[in-house]
Amino acid sequence: MTCRHRPLWAAGAIIVLSVLAALRPAGAEEALVRISNFAFVPPDLTVKVGTTVTFRNEDDEPHLVVAGDGSFRSRALDTKDSFAYDFSQPGEFSYFCSLHPHMQGKIRVSR
Amino acid sequence: MTHHRIDNGRPDTTRRETLECMIWAGTGVLWTVASGVPVSLGLLGKAEAAEAVTKGFTFLQISDSHVGFDKAANPHALDTLTEAIAQIGALPAKPAFMIHTGDITHLSTAAQFDDAARVIGGARLDVHYVPGEHDVIDEGNGQAYSERYGKGKQGAGWYSFDEGGVHFIGLVNVVNLKAGGLGQLGLEQLKWLADDLRGRSASAPIVVFAHIPLWTVYADWGWGTADSAQALALLKPFGSVTILNGHIHQIMQKVEGNVTFHTARSTAFPQPAPGTASSPGPLTVPAGELRKFLGITSVAIRPGANDLAIIDSTLARA
Ligand SMILES: [Cu+2]
Repeated sequence: MTCRHRPLWAAGAIIVLSVLAALRPAGAEEALVRISNFAFVPPDLTVKVGTTVTFRNEDDEPHLVVAGDGSFRSRALDTKDSFAYDFSQPGEFSYFCSLHPHMQGKIRVSR
Repeated sequence: MTHHRIDNGRPDTTRRETLECMIWAGTGVLWTVASGVPVSLGLLGKAEAAEAVTKGFTFLQISDSHVGFDKAANPHALDTLTEAIAQIGALPAKPAFMIHTGDITHLSTAAQFDDAARVIGGARLDVHYVPGEHDVIDEGNGQAYSERYGKGKQGAGWYSFDEGGVHFIGLVNVVNLKAGGLGQLGLEQLKWLADDLRGRSASAPIVVFAHIPLWTVYADWGWGTADSAQALALLKPFGSVTILNGHIHQIMQKVEGNVTFHTARSTAFPQPAPGTASSPGPLTVPAGELRKFLGITSVAIRPGANDLAIIDSTLARA
C-alpha cells in the first residue's frame, strides 16, 4: 500500500466509524487494542462499562483473543482481521492468545 | 541464540561453534546414537549421507507446512511443500513412512487441510501426523483435525506404533494451552504415556515426535513444553530416545543423557533464531534465499545397533 492511499483510507475509516457511532446508543464507547509484533497494545486498558473493544491483528501471523475465564473467545484472526466484544459488566478481564499463550492482556472495566 | 550443542564427551566431537555454523549454512548433518551414547560423525558429504540412508530402515520428517500461508515471508507455501514432496520422491531409497510434526495448515480450514492432504499424498507414503497449534484453531476447537486424523487415536490425537524395531510415540502438546504458558501435554496424556512405556525393553530405541519442542528452547517465545520434564522422566530408563519436534522453523539439536532432541525446518517459512528479533513472527529473507531455510529431515535406523542417523537437507538445489 502506498502513502497516497492513506488519506483516502483514513477518510473512509472516519466515515465508517461515524456511522457506527451514530448507530450505537448514546454513551456507548469504543476502544481499540492492536495486536502487533506478538503483543496486545496496550496490554492493559481501562474502559467504561458498555465499551466495545475491538482487537485488530496487524501481524503476518494469526492470533486469537481468549478470555482467561472463558467469557469470550475470538475465531482465528488472520492479518487485518478484527474481533469486537462489548464489555457490559464491570471488572477485570484477563485475556491471552491461545496460539501464543505468552501474549497476554487485561481490560479493566469501570462503572 | 540459545544453546544447541552436540556434547558427547569425546575428543572427536565437532566443536559447537563449527557445528552451529554448518547447520545454519544448511549443510546435511549426520550423527548416530550408538547404545545410548551419542556419537557425532561430523559433517558428511552428500554421497556418504546417501549411503548411510540406503543401508537401513529410514523414515522422513516434514514439519510446519502452514498450507494457506501467503504473506511476504513466502507467498506460496503450498508450492514449497510441493517441492519438498518432490524431493522426497527423488530420494535414492524409498522411506518406510513419513511423519508430519504439525502446523500442517495455517488456519485449520477445510480447504487448507484438503490441499495439504492432496500434495502430501503425492509422496505415496504412509503419513503419521501430530497437530500443531495452527491445526486446532477452527471454530470447533480442533474438530477439523480430529475428523481427519483422530481416528484410532487417544485424547486430542496421541498414539504409538512400532516399525523397523523402533517404538514411535506421537504426542500432542498444542491443546488447552494456559495463559502465559508453554506447550502442554496434560495429565491424561502423561498417564497414557506411562502405560504405553510400561514393560517395554529398555534397549529398544524410542522415537517421540510432537509439534512444540519437548525441551525449553526459548521460554520468552513459548518455545518449550511446560510438563515435558514428566514425559522425559518416563523415558529415562530407555537407552536410546530420539525426540523430533517442529514449531520453531529451524534446526536445533541437543543431547542430554540418552535423549537426543532435534527440531526440523519448516517447508513454508523460517523464523528468527531465539532472541534475534522482537518477536517470533515469520522471517522474510532476501529474494532467492528462501529455499536455503526450508527443508526435510531423513532419519535412518541401522539394523543391529541402536543407531539413528538424522540428516537435514534444504530445498535449495545443490
Ligand atoms: Cu498469537
